[in-house]
Amino acid sequence: MRFEAPTSPEDAASLLAATDNARVLAGGTDLLVRLRAGQVEPEMIVDIKRIAGIDAITSEDGGWRIGAGVSCAAMGEHDALGADYPGVVEGAELIGSTQVQGRCTMIGNLCNAGPAADSVPAMVAAGAIAHVVGPKGTREAPVFEIPVSPGKTSLAKGEFIASVYLPPRGARGGDAYLRFIPRTEMDIAAVGCAVNLSLADDGTVEKASVVLGAVGPKVIEAAEAAAALIGTTCDDTALAACAEAATAAATPIDDKRGTVEFRKDVTGVLARRAARIAYTRAKGETS
Amino acid sequence: MSRIHVTTTINGDETEYLCEPQDTLLDVLRDELDLTGSKEGCASGDCGACSVMLDGRLVCSCLVLGAEAEGRAVETIEGMASGEELHPLQQAFIDKAALQCGICTPGILVAAKDLLERNPDPTEEEVRYWLAGNLCRCTGYDKIIRAVLDTAADMRGAA
Ligand SMILES: Cc1cc2nc3c(=O)[nH]c(=O)nc-3n(C[C@H](O)[C@H](O)[C@H](O)COP(=O)(O)OP(=O)(O)OC[C@H]3O[C@@H](n4cnc5c(N)ncnc54)[C@H](O)[C@@H]3O)c2cc1C
Ligand code: FES
Ligand code: FES
Repeated sequence: MRFEAPTSPEDAASLLAATDNARVLAGGTDLLVRLRAGQVEPEMIVDIKRIAGIDAITSEDGGWRIGAGVSCAAMGEHDALGADYPGVVEGAELIGSTQVQGRCTMIGNLCNAGPAADSVPAMVAAGAIAHVVGPKGTREAPVFEIPVSPGKTSLAKGEFIASVYLPPRGARGGDAYLRFIPRTEMDIAAVGCAVNLSLADDGTVEKASVVLGAVGPKVIEAAEAAAALIGTTCDDTALAACAEAATAAATPIDDKRGTVEFRKDVTGVLARRAARIAYTRAKGETS
Repeated sequence: MSRIHVTTTINGDETEYLCEPQDTLLDVLRDELDLTGSKEGCASGDCGACSVMLDGRLVCSCLVLGAEAEGRAVETIEGMASGEELHPLQQAFIDKAALQCGICTPGILVAAKDLLERNPDPTEEEVRYWLAGNLCRCTGYDKIIRAVLDTAADMRGAA
């Protein structure tokens, strides 16, 4: 195995393209566990954290660009980002312990393509766009399209994600992410749910997105659950309809962390609660 | 395969070592540099016994490659006392019996020191969440949490 730490995105892409079975190293909190367990045997590890600017959170055209080297701890410490996207930040901050937070990245969480990845539903709900760098140049892809199935992404050979862009928050927007885990800390989500809302001047929901994690092979956009909130003030009737549609959209498996029936039920509960929190935040009230 | 030459700073001293690409920072500390205070409990990021500071961030050294430390600053438990004088947290852990076998202790001390530098007045809940990634199979945690809270109070009093 070789170790490389290129300083430009182009060099990283050409190293990745020129080697069979090369792996990107971001925070290493998934990759190093898998290396040690012998689950992956890459020929080369490409540490992207030395690429200039990759550890930056920057304001761009009213939105936020988050580099692939930004630790989730650094996201949690960024007040302006947290004010615009509390849901995205709370998803990122739920990952692992303090020690894991100091290293793990949101983009590593995405590229690991685990169905229960905590930071992914809120990114998808926010309409986040991945900036992909490859040997043939760059392209932009919705974050939703990156994971394909457990452990598999849509990235081509040589491609990696250099940053993720969160669009402008706008006035009267808010988001939230909730997960259910059997313990209170250090566990994998049995269900995750993110809600992102924008309100019209009269306080009704104009745009909504409800995204589910851990209840399918990849993150799920629950369009009907979102539609149930449009035009409402997230009153109890709307929340009940949203919860029912979220339950219907969930396609979980039975495993040691929960049965299908339980996880579908919890999906509805989390959708209702996350929608309420997102609505409160969108109105500019604290929650 | 040639080994990787790394120059880094460990507990304030410039240090050089050679490592294999797959060696973790924990492997290097323990096996190359004879800094065996950091422990290997799980090698998978779950137990925190290997906790060190890397460029000012608390991390599991079992989840960092030795090669990644090039040009960075690493702080380990070995750097916590000043000479013979123990850090107040170290002294409190002894005085208040916050350890039994001691395997988890170096990691918990490194983590607790970082917490108190960021937040000199944490609540019990904050201490418990901060240390959630540090497992202890002996003490039942209570004495650890109390030692950290008492030290925080003492250090605030002394400051
Ligand atoms: C103790 C512990 C607790 C954890 N708890 C949680 C939890 O609660 N919730 C959760 O969701 N996860 C959890 N995880 C898993 C892990 O921490 C997260 O998935 C983390 O976000 C991964 O980020 P990373 O930067 O460390 O990724 P890495 O390990 O560096 O990479 C992960 C994968 O993505 C690829 N990759 C990384 N960055 C890029 C990029 N920019 N472009 C292309 N490919 C890339 C790598 O090649 C690798 O295959 C936990 C892990 C540990 C060890
Ligand atoms: S040995 Fe590193 S976390 Fe357990
Ligand atoms: S004292 Fe034995 S593991 Fe904590």
